[in-house]
Amino acid sequence: MTNISTGHTSTVEATIAARRAAGGGALIGYLPVGFPTLSESIDAAVAIAKSGVDIIELGLPYSDPVMDGPVIQAATQQALANGFRLRHGFEAVAAITAQVDTPVLMMTYWNPVLQYGVDRFADDLAAAGGAGLITPDLIPDDAQSWLAASERAGLDRVFLAAPSSSDERLVQAVTRSRGFVYAVSTMGITGARSDVDSAARVLVTRLREAGSDSACVGLGISTPAQVREVLEYADGAIVGSALVKALADGGVAAVATLAAELAAGARDIRAAV
Amino acid sequence: MSSANPSLRAQSGPYFGDFGGRFVPESLVAALDELSAEYALAKADPAFAAELSELHRSYTGRPSLITEVPRFAAHGGGARIILKREDLNHTGSHKINNVLGQVLLTKRIGKKRVIAETGAGQHGVATATAAALFGLDCVIYMGEVDTERQALNVARMRLLGAEVVSVKTGSRTLKDAINDAMRDWVTNVETTNYVFGTVAGPHPFPAMVRDFQKIIGEEARQQVLDLTGRLPDAVTACVGGGSNAMGIFHAFLDDPEVALYGYEAGGEGIEGLRHAATLTKGRPGVLHGARSMMLQDEDGQTVESHSISAGLDYPGVGPEHAWLASIGRATYLPVTDAEAMASLRLLSRTEGIIPAIESAHALAGTLELGKKLGPDSIILVNLSGRGDKDMETAGRYFDLLDAGAQQL
Repeated sequence: MTNISTGHTSTVEATIAARRAAGGGALIGYLPVGFPTLSESIDAAVAIAKSGVDIIELGLPYSDPVMDGPVIQAATQQALANGFRLRHGFEAVAAITAQVDTPVLMMTYWNPVLQYGVDRFADDLAAAGGAGLITPDLIPDDAQSWLAASERAGLDRVFLAAPSSSDERLVQAVTRSRGFVYAVSTMGITGARSDVDSAARVLVTRLREAGSDSACVGLGISTPAQVREVLEYADGAIVGSALVKALADGGVAAVATLAAELAAGARDIRAAV
Repeated sequence: MSSANPSLRAQSGPYFGDFGGRFVPESLVAALDELSAEYALAKADPAFAAELSELHRSYTGRPSLITEVPRFAAHGGGARIILKREDLNHTGSHKINNVLGQVLLTKRIGKKRVIAETGAGQHGVATATAAALFGLDCVIYMGEVDTERQALNVARMRLLGAEVVSVKTGSRTLKDAINDAMRDWVTNVETTNYVFGTVAGPHPFPAMVRDFQKIIGEEARQQVLDLTGRLPDAVTACVGGGSNAMGIFHAFLDDPEVALYGYEAGGEGIEGLRHAATLTKGRPGVLHGARSMMLQDEDGQTVESHSISAGLDYPGVGPEHAWLASIGRATYLPVTDAEAMASLRLLSRTEGIIPAIESAHALAGTLELGKKLGPDSIILVNLSGRGDKDMETAGRYFDLLDAGAQQL
């Protein structure tokens, strides 16, 4: 595994590697904590794990989510209006990991971590059974405190790579990330799109050249066919807005159904190709 | 300056002490790098400086005047009060200084579309103006609350050819307009330059916007020397994001005998939550791409600010101000809505100058400062904008409108 740490085994990396070895790829599913309620968000996360999602990306609602499109903005805004507090995030991770073995990564904008205290956040996340953090507005250049805290607490840290990133920056994203590198499929924000940008394929190729063996693609992936297409070249496919929309429209049962369909798209890729 | 006593004017980011940096999605880093590199080249290119300077002379109306205001100053302990008249610039405020610089830079980079956020509408109007001048496509993001309370500025922007997007997410004010502008930029960065309006945001914006605004202080420093034979005892300005304040402070940073005062929006009073006094009541945090002071709750969620002045109604502040406050070089104090409005009327009646409500915060603070410093003191105030845009607010506040009368 390409990472700068020594002695830490990433269950996220292991999960992704196992899916690749089995001829497919990993399905990573995003849902926000506290939407539509705290308990339903926990139930929904457990349900998608049982339906075949390999890694859960649990989003912490934040007042200024610059990387998110309308679906996730509306859901997280509702969670905040319902009284979401950071401690609910740790409670949710603990409740989910008590019910399923699926690794849980938190996705959070940086200021809540900063205010909670970077070390305290790392300790509480590890204690809750969380695997690490995906940080959409924290770049490795400004991440010294998180690099140290994640190293100490044995947590994964997922940085983003974009089609616009220079080769040097891709190398930095690969060497600083642990778990996987989040390859942003297109220049844009979260939300379903009819086509996954061809830029994603090029970006994953460039990440491979930069040394990555754990590159997962996110943004705009919403269907089993798109999952299958992405997993032809990437190690994982990340689905967010489509799951959130299913949960908003049809509750836990609907999001579980969609997760099962997406998971079918993630298996036996080589056989299908 | 010796290395033991480095110039406070030499700061060029990304960090100002512990404040600044780049807390942005990776997708934007390439654009910020390109902007930094192109700005460095432009800064070193005499042709760029010459073009901007000529624009300021023939279009902005620079240098702006200074005006001494003795009848107003009689209410401030008799201190000599001198206004730097940024209100006389084309488009009515200091915002044009920055916008012309950034639009020239956009032209250098070769992009054909500019976007900007706006609160009161002054930065949006300035950007729409510059886009019209240079034939660029222009989209302005403005919170729905602000499009309602600044309807005439929306019309001005549209008249100038810009598209105005009413932002309906979050608190529907300036901070949400910035979020949506960032989302647009992430998506359209190949064709689009983000003309950021203040000395906040990710590097290089805080240093670059300050550089485009520092002409205010450079002119005023010499003008005050010419008028009075010495430097002022204090320089004052209002602070929202902080661009007009950095603009006038910067030339004086290495003059330790000149005190610097920034006046924040105290809104309905800083005891409650209805204010925008970021440096007085905020904590360090990350908002809109930089680590600075901000209004936030225990969990780091941004708290909505309040001010009668849309231009100061922002829960963050530029990182260089946070740094100047932390080292004690500048002092930041709150001024309430009521104090600002009283000063707005006082300047109007004593000097025949109607200031923007934003700038009236600086005037109110200056009157108090004048009482402290006494009649031998000289205070330079940045009059950052004119009050035309605020007539509806002032008309209602002071009950100046005839019952049933309507502007047709």
